[in-house]
Amino acid sequence: MQPLEVGKPNQQIFSDTLLKLAESDRNLLVVTSDSRGSGRLVAFGKQLPAQIVEVGIAEQNLVGVAAGLAAAGKHVFAVSPACFLTARGLEQIKNDVAYSDQPVRLVGISAGVSYGALGTTHHSLHDLAVLQAINNIDIVVPADNFETQAAVEAAIMHPRPLYLRLGKKAMHHLHAPGADFVIGKALRIRRGDDVALLANGETVEIAAQAADLLAARGISADVLSIHTLRPFDEAAVLETARRVKAIVTVEEHSVHGGLGSRVATLLMQAGVTPALRIVGIPDEYTYTGSQQEIFAHYGITPADLAQTAELLLHATRVEAI
Amino acid sequence: MQIPELERKSIEYRKTILSSIAQAGAGHTGGSLSCTDILNVLYNAVMRVDPHNPNRSERDRYIHSKGHSVEALYTVLADKGFFPAEKLATMGRGGSHWVGHPTRKVAGVEQNTGALGHGLSVAVGMAIAAKQDGLAHRVFTLMGDGELTEGSIWEASMSAAFYKLDNLIVIIDRNTLQITGRTENVMALEPLAERFSAFGYAVRTVDGNDVAALVDTFAQIPFEPGKPNLVIARTTKGKGVSFIEDAADWHHHVPTAAELTTALAELDQAEQRRQERYATA
Ligand SMILES: Cc1ncc(C[n+]2csc(CCOP(=O)(O)OP(=O)(O)O)c2C)c(N)n1
Ligand SMILES: [Mg+2]
Repeated sequence: MQPLEVGKPNQQIFSDTLLKLAESDRNLLVVTSDSRGSGRLVAFGKQLPAQIVEVGIAEQNLVGVAAGLAAAGKHVFAVSPACFLTARGLEQIKNDVAYSDQPVRLVGISAGVSYGALGTTHHSLHDLAVLQAINNIDIVVPADNFETQAAVEAAIMHPRPLYLRLGKKAMHHLHAPGADFVIGKALRIRRGDDVALLANGETVEIAAQAADLLAARGISADVLSIHTLRPFDEAAVLETARRVKAIVTVEEHSVHGGLGSRVATLLMQAGVTPALRIVGIPDEYTYTGSQQEIFAHYGITPADLAQTAELLLHATRVEAI
Repeated sequence: MQIPELERKSIEYRKTILSSIAQAGAGHTGGSLSCTDILNVLYNAVMRVDPHNPNRSERDRYIHSKGHSVEALYTVLADKGFFPAEKLATMGRGGSHWVGHPTRKVAGVEQNTGALGHGLSVAVGMAIAAKQDGLAHRVFTLMGDGELTEGSIWEASMSAAFYKLDNLIVIIDRNTLQITGRTENVMALEPLAERFSAFGYAVRTVDGNDVAALVDTFAQIPFEPGKPNLVIARTTKGKGVSFIEDAADWHHHVPTAAELTTALAELDQAEQRRQERYATA
C-alpha cells in the first residue's frame, strides 16, 4: 500500500464547500455562536455577511434560532464546538429541531478530543450517544476531505435534521477518485476477510494504516468508514461480519453509546457474533494531552489497532482448536 | 371582530377549556384560563392566519412558548376551523395528536413546545428570516411569567434587540403565579418592564383579561420602529371562575364533575350579564 497523502482539516473542507454552495444559494445561512474562527468561517462572514447570523456565546439560542430560520425555509447550518452544541444546546436539539422536525444542519466542530489538552470541558465524547437516543436526527461523521465535501453537499438537500461531526486535524485522503458517497451507506476503504476494522471520523485513517500493517503480517483486514451512524448501514456491517472472524471497532467517542455499541447491538440481535473489541475512550477521567497523545494512550494508533486485531483473531483460532 | 363578540368568545372558550380538561382528566387549568383572552384577541382580531391553508407563507406566526397551556390553544384553533372541534375530545387519549403540549401534528401549530424557555429563540429565527426576505408577516410568542427565569429567554432577548426585530411580538402572561406560588417569592422578576426595556424591547403593559384593551395595544404594533415589541399582559391565573382565580393549586388541578358544573354555571351567568350590559347600552 502507498502511504496516505495528507489533505486539509475536514473543518476547512466544510467551510470551503459551504462558501461555494452559499454563493449560489442565497437561502443558505450559517448561524454561529462566537464560533466562526474555530469553524473557519471568517472568510465566509467577510464574503457573505448577509448569510451569517451571529448569536454570541449562546448555544441554546443558536439552536432555537436555527430552528426558526429552518421553519422559514432557510437552509441552515448551525456551527459550534461539538462539546457545547450537543450539551448546552441539547434540549433545543431534542425539541426545537428533532421533535419539531425542523431540518437544521447542526455542525459540531472540533469534535471528540480535537481540542486535546484543553481538557474535558472541550471534549465531546457524549454527542453520538445522546443524539442516537433522540429520534429524528441523522448523524454523519465523515472521515476525510472527500467524505466531508460530499456530506456537506448532501446535507443541503437532506430532508431531516442532521448532525455533522467534524474535527480539526489535517486528514489523509482515503478514497480513490470517483468514490460514491451516500448518507447512510458505509464506504469500504480496504477489502479483507480475516478481520474487519469498523471506524468513523478521524479514526478511519488510523484503521486503514492498521490494515496495511496487518497485511504485511499476512492478515487481510477489511476497513469500513461508517460515516453515518443514523441511518445505520446494517447491511454493510452484517455482510462484513459474516465474512470475517474478528471485528475491531474504533471511534473518537466514549465506548458507551457510539459506533462500537451500535455495531454490538446489531450483531448480537442478528445472531452474527465474530469476536468483537470496542476501542474508544473508556469511562474514566480522560487522559490529558494532545489528540494524538490521547489516542496513543487509549490504543488508537495503527500499531495498537493492528495488535488488538491480531490478538483477537489469534484468540478465535485458539478457541477453534 | 367587534368587542362584544370577542367577549362572548372568551366566555365560550373558557367553557370549552374547562370541559375538555375535565373530560381528558388532565390539563393546565389556571394557565389556560389566564391566557384565553390573549389568544382570542390574537386569532380573532390581530393575526392574519388562514385555517384552510395553514401553511400559507404570508401568515403571521404564533408560537405557544408556555406550551402547558395547550387547552387554550387547541380551543381557539378548533374554533377557527384548523381542525374539527370533535378532536378536542381525543385530548390525551392513546394515539391522539392532541397531547398535553402542542405539536406540529396538529394543524395551526407552528412549533412543538412544552419545555419552557424555547419559544422565543425560535420566534427570533422566524423573525430574522422574514426580515431577510422582506416579508411583512409578524411573529408572535406567548410566555409565562414563571418561564422568564429560564436563561435562554435572555439569550434570545439580546438577539431580538440586536437584530432590531420590530416584527416580533413577545407577550408575557403576567399572572404572578407559577407552580410553587407567587413568582416574586419563587424567584423575583420585578422590575420586569424595566428589565425588558433595558434589554432593548419597546414595552407596553396592558390588562391581559380585557379584550378591548388588548385589541387597542396590538393595534399599535410596531410600538417603536427597530425595536422588538413586548407586551406585559397583566392577567389573573384561572380567570373567569371565582374559585379557580388566583390560586396556585389550580395550575394543573382538574375540575371534578361538581366543580365543572359550578364553573360552567358561573360562566353562563357572566354571559347573561354581558348580554344585559349590551342590551341596556
Ligand atoms: C424547562 C421546563 N421546566 C419545567 C417545566 C414544568 N413546568 C410546567 S408549567 C411550569 C410553571 C410555569 O409557570 P408560568 O410560566 O408562570 O406559567 P403559567 O402561570 O402561565 O401557567 C413548570 C415549572 C417545563 N414545562 N419546562
Ligand atoms: Mg405564571
